[in-house]
Amino acid sequence: MAKVDWQQKTITAAGAELSYLKGGKGKPLLVLHEELGNPGWLAWQRKLAEDRKLIVPLHPGFGVSPRLDWIRTIGDLANYYAQVMVEQDWVGADVIGFSLGGWIAAEMAAQNPGQFASLTLVAPFGIKPPRGMIRDIYEAPTEDYVAASVKDSAATPEFAGLFGGAMTPEQFERFQDATAESARLAWQPYMSNPALGNRLGLVRKLPTLIVWGEDDAIAPVSAAALFHAAIRGSKLALFKDCGHRPEIEQTGKFLKKLKAHLS
Amino acid sequence: MHIATFTERPYADVPEDEVIKNASFFGVSNKFLDPVKGGALFNRYLDEKLYAEELGFDGVMLNEHHANPFTMGAVMDVEAAILARITKRVKIALMGNPLPVADPLRLAEELATIDMISGGRLITGWVRGAGCEQIANNINPTYNRERFDEAHDFIIKAWTQDGPWRYEGKHYEYRHVNPWLKPIQKPFPQTWIPSLVSPETAVFAAKNRYTYIALATFLPPTMEMWNLYADTAAAEGYQAGPECFGYLQKIVCADTDAEAYELGKNYVFGGGQPAFARPEWMFPAGYNSKAATKRLAYALSDPETNEAVVSGKHAGSGVDIAATRKYNNEVLYENLLRNRQIIVGTPESVLPKIRHILETLRPGVFSIWHIEGGSTTHQQSMHSMKLLAENVLPRMREWARELDLPGPDEVQPGSRKLPPSGQRDPVCDAGVKAA
Repeated sequence: MAKVDWQQKTITAAGAELSYLKGGKGKPLLVLHEELGNPGWLAWQRKLAEDRKLIVPLHPGFGVSPRLDWIRTIGDLANYYAQVMVEQDWVGADVIGFSLGGWIAAEMAAQNPGQFASLTLVAPFGIKPPRGMIRDIYEAPTEDYVAASVKDSAATPEFAGLFGGAMTPEQFERFQDATAESARLAWQPYMSNPALGNRLGLVRKLPTLIVWGEDDAIAPVSAAALFHAAIRGSKLALFKDCGHRPEIEQTGKFLKKLKAHLS
Repeated sequence: MHIATFTERPYADVPEDEVIKNASFFGVSNKFLDPVKGGALFNRYLDEKLYAEELGFDGVMLNEHHANPFTMGAVMDVEAAILARITKRVKIALMGNPLPVADPLRLAEELATIDMISGGRLITGWVRGAGCEQIANNINPTYNRERFDEAHDFIIKAWTQDGPWRYEGKHYEYRHVNPWLKPIQKPFPQTWIPSLVSPETAVFAAKNRYTYIALATFLPPTMEMWNLYADTAAAEGYQAGPECFGYLQKIVCADTDAEAYELGKNYVFGGGQPAFARPEWMFPAGYNSKAATKRLAYALSDPETNEAVVSGKHAGSGVDIAATRKYNNEVLYENLLRNRQIIVGTPESVLPKIRHILETLRPGVFSIWHIEGGSTTHQQSMHSMKLLAENVLPRMREWARELDLPGPDEVQPGSRKLPPSGQRDPVCDAGVKAA
């Protein structure tokens, strides 16, 4: 059993209860999780937590933090988190977002780039890909969606730990809660905001890294170029032979790129 | 008692192998539709409704599903409008309009048109729509209940409050509400609420004093909903009676039990109702409350085998078509016969089973889900209806008098007073022994 090196905290923030995971010491890094909820405390997080403080808010309505009725779009959620950052004195933190969480981070940056020291987007939703479509989570069983999220599950040890075997009732419940709230926020236009590319024009000096697997079967990599063009000075890191989860599919390379970006 | 007829109006020529391979009617490609054949089927089904009127049924029921050969009635109101013109006496019951996927103002106009043309014979029915209707119409399933409630309240207002007026809600906005079409029935048409035993729906129906129609669900959970309705009614200050409850039942009659048995197999064509849509389409994320999801799993599970009737177990690749067809025709069919989801036989054989349902559930509305689909011919459907009308309906009407089961045409739902004690009377009888 690995040593538990993180803890879950619940605070009242921006007028609502919010739970988050916290681990490590050092400069804070805000981690925004994906559409299926927070997958767990992963190897890349354990490694990074050696010299960084990781803060992983559990999005309202995704099963742990209560749903907030006024939040009806990803832009609303971005605004909520901006309020939380001010209240918790997290302004100036680095931020990394995965998939739907990447979209939240991008919306936050578009609303107020000055709240972050840097931005990292990992296979983010938010801009409609010019080729291919973001995979629909509602047309097929969640298991199929999960299976499509990595290029080679056998070669991805953490994947088996996270999603292998039969779905547990707890996992089923988490997926139900998370996908339901994702639907509330992003049913149509599906997982994107037609204005986001233009809105990101406000981001001018924020160090930004965009990470994308070239074989991403969830968020087509064709959108990477649009994010890259929309965010001035952004760096683009495309991972070969990699699906939607570079952080577990190619953890070493992912950490190297991320650490270089954060330093 | 109001005795109605119902059919799904399936596209009967869909290849059964395709349904089995897909483990669902929903999702089979529409490349298998031949519009000429479909048109002929529509006309056949309309003719069967006319025949039902001629035979003495009180009502004809329609329903609506989308993108699905299980039911061609994606635009049910058009069929209803035709029936409004070609029938003379029967009530036209819509079971029902899926409010969340509709434009409520347009729907208010369509339904008013049907009530006007039919001379006030429309029975409206409001439904949330199955999960796959949300998928097929791209309506956010997480707002399904909110949209249902808001659309319902809006339509009632559009029918009862003189316009023009302006409306701004959470999910709908109209700057000019002044529909030049209003129902003949005042304050609005008789309303029945069809349901697959969702507790929220039973409460909704009771609060609004609408008749609650259980759609061929198993008897124990159906009685739970009756009791929930009656408790809600008591809290609202009235006694629920038979006029508040209706039940849909698959019944096929033929000249011999053996013929009826063979004919009844058409109810499990392609897997039948259990293969309507796969679970991921029936229950998209956020469509149901967690409590309702659990209840539904129970309501649609065979109480004896505990096997899920709605099942995705054959979904995906590697479906053994022959084995599935054999399973459907033997195991599934036998299960559905044993637990009375399907009743087959000569009129003499089916009567005791119907009596059992009437004594147990005490419904004021009873709708017979006629045989259709698969290889059922027009003649077979008509003959089954004729046998029922001539030999079963008269007995049912006698029993309805004996058991005191008035329909909503006879007693206004919500008009009964609670007993002086304030404690409500029972509305069903779980102790009736099966026939």
